[in-house]
Amino acid sequence: MADIAAFFAHWAEPLRVWLGTALALAGGVLVTIGAVGVLRFPDFYTRLHAASVTDTMGATLLLLGMALLAGWSLVTFKLALIWMFLFLTSPTASHAAANAAHTAGLEPIVGRWRGDDKSEDGA
Amino acid sequence: MNFVSSIVLVDIALLAMLGVVAVAIIRLKSLFAIVMLSGVYSLVSATWFVAMDAVDVAFTEAAVGAGISTALMLGAMLLTARRVKTPDKAGARRWGPFLAVFATGGLLIFASTDLPAFGDPNSPANSYVGKDYIERTPSEVGPPNIVTAVLASYRGFDTFGETVVIFAAGVAVALLIGFGERALAFSGQRSVTPEPVSPDDHHMVLRVVSKLLIPLIALYAFYVQFHGDYGPGGGFQAGVIFAVAVILNALIFGLSETMDAVPAGAARAGAAFGVLLYGGVGVVNLLNGGAFLDYDYLFETPAPGSYDPHHWGQHFGILLVELGVLATVASTMIVIFYAFAGRAPEIRDEDW
Repeated sequence: MADIAAFFAHWAEPLRVWLGTALALAGGVLVTIGAVGVLRFPDFYTRLHAASVTDTMGATLLLLGMALLAGWSLVTFKLALIWMFLFLTSPTASHAAANAAHTAGLEPIVGRWRGDDKSEDGA
Repeated sequence: MNFVSSIVLVDIALLAMLGVVAVAIIRLKSLFAIVMLSGVYSLVSATWFVAMDAVDVAFTEAAVGAGISTALMLGAMLLTARRVKTPDKAGARRWGPFLAVFATGGLLIFASTDLPAFGDPNSPANSYVGKDYIERTPSEVGPPNIVTAVLASYRGFDTFGETVVIFAAGVAVALLIGFGERALAFSGQRSVTPEPVSPDDHHMVLRVVSKLLIPLIALYAFYVQFHGDYGPGGGFQAGVIFAVAVILNALIFGLSETMDAVPAGAARAGAAFGVLLYGGVGVVNLLNGGAFLDYDYLFETPAPGSYDPHHWGQHFGILLVELGVLATVASTMIVIFYAFAGRAPEIRDEDW
């Protein structure tokens, strides 16, 4: 039993730091993917889909990583509150944007996308 | 890479983003996008202020610049066109304004070479009064957050001035375009009973989430208010956060329902009450023989040479004037929003 406790005491600290770093980096990668998607996707709805990757999973992983890096303290609680807030607001914002676009009559591109034929903005 | 140079990298990245957003704001024609981007500009500035360790300023910038300004600009935008007017002659350039901006910018950059370096211990801000405030706040005023001590006690006069400026702004808007109540009543919106929420109501998600969040936002405003002595925050930030809760309610549930919950008359009275409370605290000190806003005289005239280790006068003085700031800021923002929104009460779906 003492061995197990010693094992955890020895490995918990580096594991926490490395896991926190890895999660924060993974979150950063997802945010970058979201940004690339917003720039590259063809229409509003697909772009919104890319953007919502940023503030759901990207933010979640970043906050989780930060919580691990900060250690068990008041900061953890505050990060959890921020996560809760983002968890409620980001999908709602995405929903509101998509809903408004749909109500305003913006049609999504259906079917296979074959590049920007109209190519007004040089995308 | 050491720590200082990585902070410099963050600074450069944030300032570059500010430049990009500013250029985008100039070039865009859609007012809606411009309002949103000005909110983004404020958020990036707030991030930059955090990187410079000015958390109180950053908090104010985030709450005022990104929060309430965006909401008020959206309210104002509903009264005007959606796009910037294109100039009469296509391709016409106005050289006069361009030269004026160019010359002013050049002068500012030229003057900035005389500014002390960031964090320079010998700069005027860090060597005279700033040093005194830091040294004497624990023994003279008491709150752990020196910013609050400076804002509400040492520079209480300036803060009173700011509160009156906000009150005056509310009065000016009301004088120019009215309080919004009559315009709303004239449009017949107030008599319409709200429709029952049906399952295919496409604002259902917004309604449910807002109903959950609005009380939390209002509660957070009070946390910011009463935590101002210990951390970043205070009456100004709390006031705009509270106003944002009310404005969000108006955007989601309609202006007439919000006016039933927070009557326009109450907002007007609150705006005046805040200034009155702030000034009244100052006058009480005058009556007790102290200077205007010298909170040591708040409860009684201190005996010569006496020292109150608890600083009760300062403590309650700061609490009361911050309450005054909260009342004035929150109420004035609500008054301004009502004034704008009351004239355009019907927000159609395609407008969003």
